[in-house]
Amino acid sequence: MSPGYHPVLDPTLAPPFTEAALPVLRNPQLRKNVAHAIDVIQAKRNKLVTEKTDWQELRAAASAIRAHTLENLAAYIEMFESRCTAAGGSVYWASDAAEARRIILEILRKENASEVIKIKSMTSAEIQLNPFLEASGVSVFETDLAEIILQLGEDEPSHIVVPALHVNRSQVREIFARRMGRPELTDDPRALTAAARDYLRKKFLSVPTAISGANFLIAETGGVAIVESEGNGRMCLTLPGTMITVAGIEKLLPRFQDLEVMLQVLARSATGERMNPYTSLWTGVTPGDGPQSFHVVLLDNQRSTILAKRVERQTLKCIRCAACMNSCPVYRQTGGHAYGSIYPGPIGAILTPQLMQMHHAQSLPYASSLCGECYEVCPVKINIPEVLLELRSQVVNQERRDMSRFVDPMYVGLRIADLLFSRAWLFHAAQRLGRIGARFFTRKDGWIHSLPSVGAKWTQTRDLRGLPDETFHEWWDSRRAKRSGEAG
Amino acid sequence: MRASLFITCYNDTLFPETGRAVVNLLERLGVDLEFNPKQTCCGQMHANSGFRSEAFSQAKRLVQLYRDAESVVIPSSSCVAMVRDQYPALFEELGNEALRREFAALLPRIYELSEFLVDKLKVDDVGAYFPHRVTYHASCHGLRGIHLGDRPFRLLAKVRGLELAPLPNLDRCCGFGGTFAVKNAEVSSAMLSVKLQDVFSTRAEYCTALDNSCLMHLGGAMHRQYAGMKTIHMAQILASTDSSPAEIAQ
Repeated sequence: MSPGYHPVLDPTLAPPFTEAALPVLRNPQLRKNVAHAIDVIQAKRNKLVTEKTDWQELRAAASAIRAHTLENLAAYIEMFESRCTAAGGSVYWASDAAEARRIILEILRKENASEVIKIKSMTSAEIQLNPFLEASGVSVFETDLAEIILQLGEDEPSHIVVPALHVNRSQVREIFARRMGRPELTDDPRALTAAARDYLRKKFLSVPTAISGANFLIAETGGVAIVESEGNGRMCLTLPGTMITVAGIEKLLPRFQDLEVMLQVLARSATGERMNPYTSLWTGVTPGDGPQSFHVVLLDNQRSTILAKRVERQTLKCIRCAACMNSCPVYRQTGGHAYGSIYPGPIGAILTPQLMQMHHAQSLPYASSLCGECYEVCPVKINIPEVLLELRSQVVNQERRDMSRFVDPMYVGLRIADLLFSRAWLFHAAQRLGRIGARFFTRKDGWIHSLPSVGAKWTQTRDLRGLPDETFHEWWDSRRAKRSGEAG
Repeated sequence: MRASLFITCYNDTLFPETGRAVVNLLERLGVDLEFNPKQTCCGQMHANSGFRSEAFSQAKRLVQLYRDAESVVIPSSSCVAMVRDQYPALFEELGNEALRREFAALLPRIYELSEFLVDKLKVDDVGAYFPHRVTYHASCHGLRGIHLGDRPFRLLAKVRGLELAPLPNLDRCCGFGGTFAVKNAEVSSAMLSVKLQDVFSTRAEYCTALDNSCLMHLGGAMHRQYAGMKTIHMAQILASTDSSPAEIAQ
């Protein structure tokens, strides 16, 4: 975008998951940080979900609210727009990331803003807002502690709720000491938060313009809800005169009362808390209280396309709690960066390819062992494995029309397997042939230690038992023949 | 009682000893077992790799082969999960009403092995003897796919001589995931090595499961590492008796 721009994970540029995962797998510090962090969050989450005896009912209610919202999304967006406008807010529609960025910049130009403070927002990261604003001459200051760590460390988020989860506190100390000019800092968490507070206070008091995302947009009231843990969001909603909120159109909730269910499942799923520390709700403009200039940018960016698809639609139920990534055994090994997108983990594996119209994310739907933990923990019951399989079938259907399929051993192998499985005699003939072929690779101990082609991917870390001399059905047949011989 | 054995393609080819154990076990319990010679595969590998139309032809084939069976026993939790979780959507997508009805009628008669023993035969003591320290790997599909619950533990608890060593992080995937193990071989191996740390910490002689696909993954690494632990399908433990001990592959 511009020289010196702080890179945001960009699926159009990122290497495929398989490749991007390699350096992480070889990084003991990173793997320890990630596994430790998500084990802590998951243990808290499991405890608080278990104590809730009506968890499955809550989950069903949350899922129903989200499904209902999506089924009636157009009506609720319009309701939100008219009520937010009536309360003194301005509502803008952005069909894609570029349009959203342009709208936000225009508002900032009108306000003569050369600096903005920000509440943590995944949607702003999705549209790569920070590098765009920096390139347009607007300085951006993140106010969420983890986002500050990443911004000052010129790093990228690896998780949607705890974006600096891959950074430990001695690494934080190093970043703060270097970027804040505080070489005396220790890695005592209190010292680090105090340093962040000093840094932040100056920004809160001097920057009059703020940007936020939204956890929920409430159609009934035209209001916005933000949940956070540090109070920085509350500061951004109190001190600045201007607030610009950017939110995906799927963030709608029909009624204020729906927050009762959503806030319960969100806090327990996201951070393992009964209630999150700061919940801010605001509606339009209130004279003498908070921002006097309030703007909401509603972002489509492929969401209406996803909404029209039967299986994929459920992706939009997501409330960004990250329980799926915290429970994911793949994410636990790779962390977030391998996913090449600001949305990592299981939800990222289904959301990113859809936001990218499947062009740049062919590897993500396969970045899962389909173990099903993500579906089990999802508080709004997104059947992530089902969507993964749907996306995989789209990738395969694309490949069916592509000449390169003939040199993809996996494609050729699965097509041949289909033919063999269609007739038992063909399958049995293939088993006999395979048995002969396998002899070339089988060692004296009866095991295969090394295979060519795709098989090498297996044998790089695992042996494979050689093919037995007799298949089960051959044994069955010979036993039956023997028995009828005896009987005869 | 009559039942038809769907052995699954990979058990047939790679793990015939599991099939033999199922036969010995069920016949010992008085089941009149049939084997349909036309059977091949349930379509799981194709469905999970995105080859949906191929998976559909296997699914259709399975329903047609077994529509008249009294009960179908499948000694593989992931294949049972394929039938229960994915067949309905496949048939619905195709809009084949007759097939959908046949499947709906067949579905309640399809059993994973431990379900067949505990739910259908109503036994948890199958008269087995296996004097070894064993840990049980729950398998994602057995645990979350078809909710086997305490059935495997009830069966293992009644095996004479068996000392059960609880596996830490029982709900965690071993990293196999079908073609995932080769498509994302490195990540799969990282998951495997984390899983093996838990498995080895049990200091068991055998790691058992109701799914040979996980066991092929775990066992392949155990063999590579000279780990001194082996994998064994639970059918082989349950079939094992004093006079006829479990058949254990090299």
